Amino acid sequence: MSILVLGLGNILLSDEGVGVRVVEALAASHDLPDDVEVLDGGTSGMDLLDMVADRDCLIVADAVNADGPAGRLIRLENDDIRMLFETRFSPHQLGLSDLLANLRLIGRAPRRIVVVGVVPQELGLGLDLSPAAAVGRDAAVGMIVDELARLGAGPRPRPH
Amino acid sequence: MTRITIDPITRIEGHLRIDCEVDGGKVTKAWSSGTMWRGIEIILKDRDPRDAWIFTQRICGVCTTVHAITSVRAVENALNLEVPLNAQYIRNMIVAAHGVHDHIVHFYQLAALDWVDIVAALKGDPEGAAKLGATLSDYKANSVPHIRAVRDKLQTFVDSGNLGVFASGYWGHPAMKLPPDVNLLAATHYLQALEVQRSANKIVAILGAKTPHIQNLAVGGVANAINPDSQSTLTLERLYAIKALIDELGDFVHNAMMNDVAAVGALYADWTKYGAGVTNYLSVPDLPLDTKGTQFELPGGYIPGGDLAKFQAITSYQDAFFRDGVKEAVKHSWYEYAGGKSALHPFEGETSPKYDDFHDDGKYSWIKAPTFLDKRAQVGPLANVLGMYAAGHEPTKRHLTKLVDVASKVAGTQIPLSALHSTIGRIAARAVRCAVLHEALQNQWQLLVDNIAKGDIRTFNRPVFPKGEVRGFGYHEAPRGVLSHWVVIKDGKIDNYQAVVPSTWNAGPRDDHDEPGPYEASLIDNPVADANLPLEVLRTVHSFDPCIACAVHMVDAERRPIVQVKAM
Repeated sequence: MSILVLGLGNILLSDEGVGVRVVEALAASHDLPDDVEVLDGGTSGMDLLDMVADRDCLIVADAVNADGPAGRLIRLENDDIRMLFETRFSPHQLGLSDLLANLRLIGRAPRRIVVVGVVPQELGLGLDLSPAAAVGRDAAVGMIVDELARLGAGPRPRPH
Repeated sequence: MTRITIDPITRIEGHLRIDCEVDGGKVTKAWSSGTMWRGIEIILKDRDPRDAWIFTQRICGVCTTVHAITSVRAVENALNLEVPLNAQYIRNMIVAAHGVHDHIVHFYQLAALDWVDIVAALKGDPEGAAKLGATLSDYKANSVPHIRAVRDKLQTFVDSGNLGVFASGYWGHPAMKLPPDVNLLAATHYLQALEVQRSANKIVAILGAKTPHIQNLAVGGVANAINPDSQSTLTLERLYAIKALIDELGDFVHNAMMNDVAAVGALYADWTKYGAGVTNYLSVPDLPLDTKGTQFELPGGYIPGGDLAKFQAITSYQDAFFRDGVKEAVKHSWYEYAGGKSALHPFEGETSPKYDDFHDDGKYSWIKAPTFLDKRAQVGPLANVLGMYAAGHEPTKRHLTKLVDVASKVAGTQIPLSALHSTIGRIAARAVRCAVLHEALQNQWQLLVDNIAKGDIRTFNRPVFPKGEVRGFGYHEAPRGVLSHWVVIKDGKIDNYQAVVPSTWNAGPRDDHDEPGPYEASLIDNPVADANLPLEVLRTVHSFDPCIACAVHMVDAERRPIVQVKAM
C-alpha cells in the first residue's frame, strides 16, 4: 500500500494555504507508517506528477469554495471528485485535474482519491490561518487520521 | 464587429482574461487582463533578507525554483557577496533541469493541444507514423509497437467519455490541419513526455532536497555539503545518478521534441505570419561561471525593433544598463502611485490597489506594465534565443539551424530566420532553448565534477549585513523570460522588495503612452474563423506560455464552468 497525503494551497494568502497547514500539523503531531508519505505541494500542478503517480491512495487536503460556515469540513471521494473538474471548486483544481487526467492517460493515476476540504474564511495576504480555519485544520487532521486508519495505515499520535 | 471574451484562458497557471474585437475575421483590438500576485513586499517587509527566498518561491506554483534563485541573487548583489563555484554549478544545474522540465511540459501538455488534434490521432496509422518518425530521427521510441500501444491507450481513454484535460479541446476545428499520422506521432510523444519530464524533476529533487519548493539554497551559496568520503552528502554516486537522468532527457529533447516542433511549425507555416507583436526583445545572461557573476554560459541582452545587429549585451550581475532600464507603469492597472506619478523604477516601486471594474480605455488589469528604456519589451525563449544568436553563442546557432533545416525539409521550402518573429516562432524558440539548456546541463555537471576533483568542496560564503541601507537586484532567465527581484535592505532588514516577473512583461496592459503589451500587440491581425471557438486566439496567447500565478481567488468566488467564451 502506497499512500500520499498531499497538502495544497498558497501559504502567503492566509486560509488559502490551509491544505498545507493540515499536512504540516499531521506530520508534527503523528508518527506515520512507512507506506504513508506527506507532501506540502504548495500550488503546484504538473510538478507533482512524479509524487502522485502509482499511488494506491491519494488524500488531498485543500481549501474549497463551498456553502456553510468557515472551518466546515468537506469530504469527497472518487466519483464525487469528477464534479470538482467541472466546476472551479478550488483555485488549484485546474492544476490537479490536469495532472490526474494525464496520469489516467498513462495508466498511473491513484486508485483511490479522497479530498478533505476546509471552507476558508480569510483569503487576504498573511501567513496565519483565521481562527475558524485553524479549527478546520485540526478537524481535518482528525479526518485524515481516521481515513488512514480505515486503510490499515493508522498514524500514532506523538507524545507532547 | 464582434467582441470575444475568453475568461479564463485554460491550460495556464493562474487567471488570465483576454478580450478581442474581431472585424472581418481578424482581431483588430485586444486587451490582456490578469490577476497577478503583487503583495510579496508586504509579507517580506522587515524580515531577514536571508529568509526572503523561502517566501518568494511560494508566489507561483510553476516557478517556485526561479523565485528562490532570483531572490538569493538579489540579496547577494546588495552585499557584493561572492558565491563559491560549486554553489554556482549546483544552482545552474537546478536552473537548467527546471527549464528543460518546464519547456517539455509547455510544448506537449500545454501548447500542443492547440495544434495537434488528439482525437483525430485515433485515425492515424501506427506504421505510417513510425515511417514518418524515422525520416526525422532515429529516436528509439518511434517504433510501430510503441505507437500502436499509445493509440490503444488513447482509444480507451476517449471511449471512457471522461476526457479531463482534453475535454476543452477544439477537436475537428477547421484550423486543425495536421494529417492523422502526424497527429498520432505527436500524441505518442505527448504520452512519452509525461514519463520523461519526471527525469528532469528528479534532478531538481536530488540537488534541491525537495520538489516542489527546493530547500538547498542560502544567501551566499547552497546547503549541499560535498564530501567524497560521506554517504550523506552530494557523492559521486549521486552525481552519476544525475548523469543518467540527463542522458535520458537528452534523447527525448534532441530526437523527439525538436523534430515535433519543427514539423508542427512547417505544417502550420501560415502561423509564421501572425503574432509578432512587440519586437523589442529583452533577455539576461544566465548560468554564471565565476564567483562574481561576470561570465556566463548563456548570454543575454536587448534587441530593439527586432534588429539583431543592434543587440546590446547585458554582461554582469552589476550591469547598470539593465539595472537602470527597468520601470513599471500603472496608468491602465488597478493601482495608483502617490501623486499620480508616471512609471517607477522597482527600487521606488509602490503597490496601492485601486480597483474599479474593467474599462477599455482606463484601468483593466492587476498586472503592471513594465518598460525597458521606456519601451515595451517582449521576454521569453524567443527573446533569449534571438539574444544568444546575436551574441554568437555557438550551441544556440547549431540547434536553431538544425530546427530550421528540419522544418524547411518538411515544408519543402527554405524557412528564413525572420519567421521566428511570430506565434509559431515563439514555440520553435522554446524547443531550441530546451536543447541549449540540456547541453548546458551536461556542461554544468562536468564543471562541478571537475571542480570537486580539484579538491574544492566549498559551497557557502557567510553573508554579513552592514548598518544602514544597501540595495540589490538579481536577475534570472527563467522559462518564461526575464525575472528580476529588487531589494532594499535597512539595518539588516528588508525595507522594500519588488518582483518584476516574466508574465508581467508579456501580459501587462497598455503603458503610460497607451502602447499595448506583447500579448495584446501579438493578437492584432490574428485570424478568427469562428468567434465562438477562438482557437486562433489561444494559439497566440499560449505561445507565450502564460503564467499568471495565484491570487486566483480574487475573481473565483462563485462556481462556474471552467471556460467561458463570450462572443457578442
